[in-house]
This record gives sequence, C-alpha cells and structure tokens, in this order.
Amino acid sequence: MITLLILIPLVGAIVVSAARFGNPRIVALIVNVVSALYALLLWQRFDVHSGGMQLLERHEWIPAIGAEYLLGIDGLSLLLVLLTSLIIPFALMSGKPDRGLCALMLFTQSALYGTFTAQNFVLFFLFYEMSLIPSFLLIKIWGGKNRDRAATKFFVYTFLGSVAMLLAFLGIYLVRGTFDFATLTGMARGGLLGGTARWFAFGGIFLGLAVKVPLFPFHTWLPDAYETAPTGVSMMLTGVLSKMGVYGFIRLLVPLFPNEIRAAGPWLLGLAVCSIVFASLAAWAQTDLKRMVAYLSINHLGYCLLGLFAITSSAVAPAAPDSQAALAGVFVQIFNHGITAAALFYWVGLLEERRGARGINDFGGLMQRAPLFCAWMSVAMFSSLGLPGLNGFIGEFLIFKGSFATAAPFTAVAVLGLLFTAIAFLRAMQALFSGPLTPNSASLPDLYRREKLVIIPVTLLMFAIGVAPQFIFNVFNSTVANVAQLLS
Amino acid sequence: MIAWTIYITFAAAILVIAAPARFARWTALSATAADLLISLIAFFRPAADPAHYTTLVRVPWIPTLGMNYQLAVDGVSLTMVLVTSLTAVSAVLFSWEVQERRNEFFFWLLLVVAGSFGVFLSADLFLFFVFYELVIVPKYFLIAIWGSTNKEYGAMKLTLYSFFGGALVFLGIIAAYVAAGSLDFNELARFGFDPHLQMWAFPVLFLGFAILAGAWPFHTWAPTGHVAAPTAGSMLLAGIVMKLGAYGGLRVAMNLFPEGFHVWSKWIAVVAVIGIVYAAAVALRQRDLKFVIGYSSVSHMGFVLLGLAAANVLGVSGAVLQMFSHGVIGALLFALVGMIYHRTHTRDLDSLAGMNLRRMLPFTTFAFVLAAAASMGIPGFSGFAAEVTILIGAWKTFPVAVWITGAGMVLVAAFTLRILRRAFFSDQIATSPEAAVAYSPITFAEKAGATLLLVTTLAAGLYPKLLLDRIMPAIETMRFIQPNG
Repeated sequence: MITLLILIPLVGAIVVSAARFGNPRIVALIVNVVSALYALLLWQRFDVHSGGMQLLERHEWIPAIGAEYLLGIDGLSLLLVLLTSLIIPFALMSGKPDRGLCALMLFTQSALYGTFTAQNFVLFFLFYEMSLIPSFLLIKIWGGKNRDRAATKFFVYTFLGSVAMLLAFLGIYLVRGTFDFATLTGMARGGLLGGTARWFAFGGIFLGLAVKVPLFPFHTWLPDAYETAPTGVSMMLTGVLSKMGVYGFIRLLVPLFPNEIRAAGPWLLGLAVCSIVFASLAAWAQTDLKRMVAYLSINHLGYCLLGLFAITSSAVAPAAPDSQAALAGVFVQIFNHGITAAALFYWVGLLEERRGARGINDFGGLMQRAPLFCAWMSVAMFSSLGLPGLNGFIGEFLIFKGSFATAAPFTAVAVLGLLFTAIAFLRAMQALFSGPLTPNSASLPDLYRREKLVIIPVTLLMFAIGVAPQFIFNVFNSTVANVAQLLS
Repeated sequence: MIAWTIYITFAAAILVIAAPARFARWTALSATAADLLISLIAFFRPAADPAHYTTLVRVPWIPTLGMNYQLAVDGVSLTMVLVTSLTAVSAVLFSWEVQERRNEFFFWLLLVVAGSFGVFLSADLFLFFVFYELVIVPKYFLIAIWGSTNKEYGAMKLTLYSFFGGALVFLGIIAAYVAAGSLDFNELARFGFDPHLQMWAFPVLFLGFAILAGAWPFHTWAPTGHVAAPTAGSMLLAGIVMKLGAYGGLRVAMNLFPEGFHVWSKWIAVVAVIGIVYAAAVALRQRDLKFVIGYSSVSHMGFVLLGLAAANVLGVSGAVLQMFSHGVIGALLFALVGMIYHRTHTRDLDSLAGMNLRRMLPFTTFAFVLAAAASMGIPGFSGFAAEVTILIGAWKTFPVAVWITGAGMVLVAAFTLRILRRAFFSDQIATSPEAAVAYSPITFAEKAGATLLLVTTLAAGLYPKLLLDRIMPAIETMRFIQPNG
C-alpha cells in the first residue's frame, strides 16, 4: 500500500532519466500528480480518529539483524507525506529544470516518502541516506557560485551527523536487540542504556538530527547550501528535507530518550532559543535575499524545537492542554514552514530569473512597475513573519502557548525572534517595493500567467490555514493526543 | 446587528479591490455610511443592556484548541464603534480626490476600519489579537504608498513600534491563556489570576497597548507617522488606531489583571502627566502644522491614560469619552490640515503666515477655529466634557497629577492659539506676493466630512450625558473598579 507511494516517484525518476522527453518537467509533474492522488487516497483510507500507526506493511527483510520492512503512517507521517506531495511539484515549477535535475528530484521524493513512513531504524536510515546523495549532486552540479564548497560542506556535515546517529543505533541494538521504533519506545521509560553509554547514544542521535534541521550551532552549512542551490532545490531542501530532522526529533529522540531530554532540558531549550534569536538577527543583516530567507528558515524551525523541548524537558509533566497545544503547534508549524519558506524561495527565484540579481539593494520601486508581483510576494513575507490571519501565526501562537506554560523565560526571549523577523522582512519590503525606481526594476515584467497558476493556489492555502486551520488539525489530532499521553 | 459593521466593511474592501477603480469611492462611502447607520441604531437602541458585556455571536472556530469566533458588546464598545464609523465616513469623504491607485487606497483604508471594528467587538483573546495585528499592515501601505514627507521612514517607524507593542501584547495574552486556560473575555474577567503573575503580566500587556496609544516615551512614532501619512491615514491614525491601544489597555489589561493594575496605576499616571505636558511643550516649538497636531494627539491621549489610571468610574468613563472626543477632534484637525496642504502645498507655519488663509479659505478657517476651540477644551465642545470628567476622577486618586495637568492645559491652549495666529490670522499678509493665488474651492465632500465631525463634537460637548449614559454603567460593572471609587 505505502510501498506503492515510494515506488511511484522512483519509477518516475528512472523513466525520466532513461527516456529522452522533449520536456522532462511535464513527465515529472505527471508523476507527481499520480503520487499526490495516491497520497490523497491514503488520507482518505486513514482513520483520523485513531492515533496509532495505520496501514501497516510488515515483511521479513534482513532477519539476521531483526530488520523488518515495516512501513506505516500516523497523523505526523501523513502530514509530511502530504507536504512532500505539495512541495515537490511546486519546486519543479520554478526555473527550467533539465532531465537530470527532474530525475534527481523524483529520486529524492521517493526517499522522503520512505523516511516519513519507515518504522524500523534500518529502513529509516536507508531512506534517510538515500536522500543525501541526490541533494548533494543537485547542489554540486546545478548550483551557482561556490557550489563545490557548499555542496561539500553540506555533505560532510550531514554525513558526519548520520554516522553519529548510526553508531548510536548500533549501540542500542547491541544492548536491546531490536531496531523497531515501537518496541524501543516501549522500553524507553526505564532507560534504553545504562551509564555513560546512554549519553553517547543520545548525543549521537541528537547530533545527526540537529545537523539536519539545523539547530544552532550546527547550522553553518545551511546558508551556503541554500544560497547556491538552484531555486527548486532550495525549495525542496527547506520545504521537506529540513523536516526530516524535526520529524526525527519527534519520532526518535523524544520517545527513546525521555529521561535524557529532561536532564539536558535547559541546554536544549537554550540552543533552540539561540537558533530563533541569532538566526533572525543574522537574517536582518543579510543583503542577499536568498541568504536572508535561508537564515529565517533556521529561525522558523527553531520554534518547532522550542515547542518540542519545552514540553518534553520540564521536570513536572506539563498539563495535557499545554502539551497538546505545543505539539499541535509544532506539527502545524512544520507544514506551514514548508509552504511558506518554499514560496519565499520561489519569489526570490522569480526575481533572479528576471534580472539575475537578488540583492535587496538591486531593486527598488517595484511596487510602481509590478504591483501584483509585490502584493502576492508580500503575502508570503507576512505569512513568514507570523501575521495573524495567515498560516504562520497559528503555529507560532500554539507553540508559544505550550512552551510558555513550562518554560516561560525561554519563551519570553524567543518572542524577540518574532520581532527581528518582522524587522528583517520590513527592511526587505521597503528596499524592494518602495523607494526610487532602479534600472533593474524599471521594466520588470509583472507576474506571467503560468507563475500566477503556481503561486496563487499556494498563497490561498496560506490564507486557508490562517483563517480555518481545523482541516489541518484533523489530520493529526489523534496523534497529538497519543504523543501527549506518552509524555505525561 | 452591530457585528455587521465588520462584515460590511470587509466585503466592501474585497469589492473595492476587485471592481474597477471608478466604483471605489462610492463603494467605500456606502459601506462606511452603512456602518455609521448601524452603529447609530445600535447606540441609541441597544439590543441589550449596555451595562453588561453581552455576547452577540459565539461560533467554535478552532474547536480543538478552544478558540471561538466570539463577539460581544457593552457601552464602551458601542461608543468606540460609533467613533470608528464617524471617522471612517469622514476619512472617505476627505479622500474623495485621491487619484493615484484609487481602488488600492480604499482597499487598505477599509481594512483598517474593518479590523478596528473587529478589535472593538471581539470577546475572544485570540480573535482580538488577530484583528489587532491585522490593522498594522494596511497602515504601513497607506503611509508608504500615499504618504508625503519622509513617508518610508514614518511608515517603517510606525510599523516597527506597532510590532514591538504587538510582541508585548502577545506575551501577555499567552500568559493569560496559559494561566486561565480560556480565551473568553467574560471567563477571563472572572478568573482569579495569581497576584505574582499579575504583577509582571499587567505592565507587559499594558505597555504593549500603551505604545499604540502613543504613551510617552514610546510616542515618537505618532508625530512622524501622522506627518508622513496621507490625510485620511492621519485621520484614521488619530481617530481610530491610537484608540485601539487605549481600548486594549482597558478591556484586556485592566480587566484581566486588576491587582497588577492597582499596583502599577500610579506609574501610569506619572507617564500620562509627563506625556500631556511634554507633548504640549514640544508642540509649541514645531514649525510644521501637522507636527503640531501630531504632538497634540499625544498630549490628548495622555488624558486618556490619566483617566484610566484614576481607577474610578468617573476617571475611566472620562477616558472613554476622551477617546471618542479626541477621535472626532483629532480626525477633524488632520482633515483641515490636509485641506490646507492640498491647496497651498506647504505646512510650514512661516510660509502659511503670508498666505492670507482667512480670506482665501474662509470655510477652512471657520472650521479650524472651532476645531481648535474643541481641542483646547473650551466648554461646549466634547473635549471639555471629557477632560473635566477625567480631572474630577483623577482628583480623588492623584491630586498632584491634576495640578500639573492643569498647567499642561495652559500649554495646550498656548500652542493651539499660536498655530491659529500664525496660520490664519497673521498680519504679514500684505508683504507676501503669494497672497493673490486663487485656490481650488473647498469641495462638497470636504465640507460634508468636516461638518459631520464638527456637529458630533458639538453634540457630544453640549449633551455628554448621551454618551456617558452608555459608558458609565458599563464601567461600573468592570472588575478593576474599587468599591469606594
């Protein structure tokens, strides 16, 4: 059942790379229509009232090490599957992807579906690594200036993190004899490992995931990679790949190491707050729009981790409404950041496509020449800075509500991040949209119809989640209740 | 019924942006006129007792998280809705001649109005905050696109201050929500918050609101913002937006955290008095007519804060009356300045002195004299009624503050007379060669807008009971009122 979901883009990747189509993007988009329909079918089959794993697929795989082929989805997995199905076609619509790029994107998509549905570490790790190589190639081959350095940095960081995570899991396997997430979660309450080993295991997994998200201070690969990658790839990296890290925190670290998280609580919260505040300050200082959006990506995922750490690390179990609010906030923020950040990269990509420049001082007075362009672009910016009525606010409100209950001082500092983000965006808006007309923006064409067809549905989705988010909550409500119960 | 003000205005905003530009101003005018009619009916024939905070609508919004779409109304909300629609109608009338990107202009203008209606009517903390923040964005565009002097700087400054205030409000709201587990104003106003929480949550929340109300020393966005804004923008800022802050302080901060309020009220009074005197003194030294009016707004809003700090029925009712009164007078003054600037292209007092305005623009002069009188607090105008009520209320709590404020009122009179003399009744007429320029005549729309506001300030000044009958019973039932107040 779920296997088919993983196979569709994989087959698509092979078809695109093997046959010579006149327009490989069309083929890739058709593949995505099929996989999106299939994801919707899964949603329809999915029982939203049950919080556990559903639509399980279990086969023998490598019996020698007890690695099963085990796929399943709960609300969180479903949410991420839906997000992937939304972001990849969106990313394919930017720029002029050639055959290889389309094929690698589809290949990555397959790996993403696998990562989000695998319920056994060996399988999870396989898919997790399967996404690394194509992303590396996408940056290395199709990237802009400094692509070699950025791609290498990205690869080294992520790969070292992965190795640390693998070693940690091998250690757990040697003691506990299983790779199965559900079984390990059951054992976790009493501590998976003893002595200092548990800290090595915790540290290894933490490192692997923190690099992927990324969390301060493991974030330095990100601005370089996002800056140099072609627009579509940046959209995919920030929209979905970064979610693998957050997903891992929720799926692996929190259930398997509840005691360690509690012990390290203030440190983890501190790192999340640093992510939020420093990244937004760094964004404020950027003059390259793409780099600014990249830093804000770190900032937004920092909110996810703040909410998650706040409810898992407090000494007393948080009240059920608070932990549910924070978790629902984290989940919805994952989704929101996916669409909003991807949309922002798309906009920067449009500017770059038109004029080959993306510095905030390269443009000016755009509002006079391309009013529609500015209007729809500012919606994405307002969504990202968390304006009520748009999607970003819902997630941030819930996260702050949940984290305030257990970690009020950290939350109060994190609110600064909201402010700096607002300043960063206002500064960019002012420089781009108003002021005197510069040569670059003098005859800048307004939105073309094909661009409208891409960006307007995405923007309307931001409004929809901002005004009536209940339909998104329905996807993961039961899962949130389940996880919250696990915490209390 | 009064909830329809929100829907009509939002619908009109969408209509304006979707329809061709030539329909824009008529759509905006009919929508705001309908708002005015609705709020007048609701004000004079309230559906429920204005003394109680009566829920109008309550629909689950995000049920899993306890958020409701909930609107409620009492005498205070009725008054604020009324002043909002009055200001809105006249702001539309004063924007009749806007040519540049007309439909976008009215779109943003209607969004400010609709969001403000939402703030004054919402009874759910989450909904309240959504509307509150929603007002910020259109303000930015109104100023940044259609503004004048230094518009980008002014727009940016105003927006950043608003966001900063918003962040503090956000923190306070989260604290209240976490502690009480509810977002419903009625439930929150009954909840006994921990005194320690109140001690820090109140100042955070109130400060957030006070920034938008133009409280000293966070007032500097107001004069620059007013000067940069187009005429209708300044009218909305002075008439409505600054009131959002004061209303939030009253409805949310003071009602939720009464004990915190009583501890901090003397500091609010100190800030209020400094604001009144300081802003009036600064206004005395300005050369730009609009800066003078901008600083006078800050000074008048200081009275609102002083009334709130008094913490008794008279003081707080006076504060609400002052919000109404300053909404009308402030909007009128900015409208008249806009009327002059539109024709003379200068607001510099020295240049205006040579232009013989009292002969060239007789209607403007007449209206300006009346508006200036109202602003100075001459009996018979709403400003006097409001300020006297506030001072009597504050006398019981802070007699010293009343003494100092009395001195401040002399300064208000001084700067108002100064601009009257310099701009309209100067004697350097003969020496100026520009005196002969013929200005375009005052349009009917401008006259209608100015008359509407003038009549309102006179009506409220001659018969303040009309408003106080709605306001005082509502204040009496509020939680922070001391039993002996």
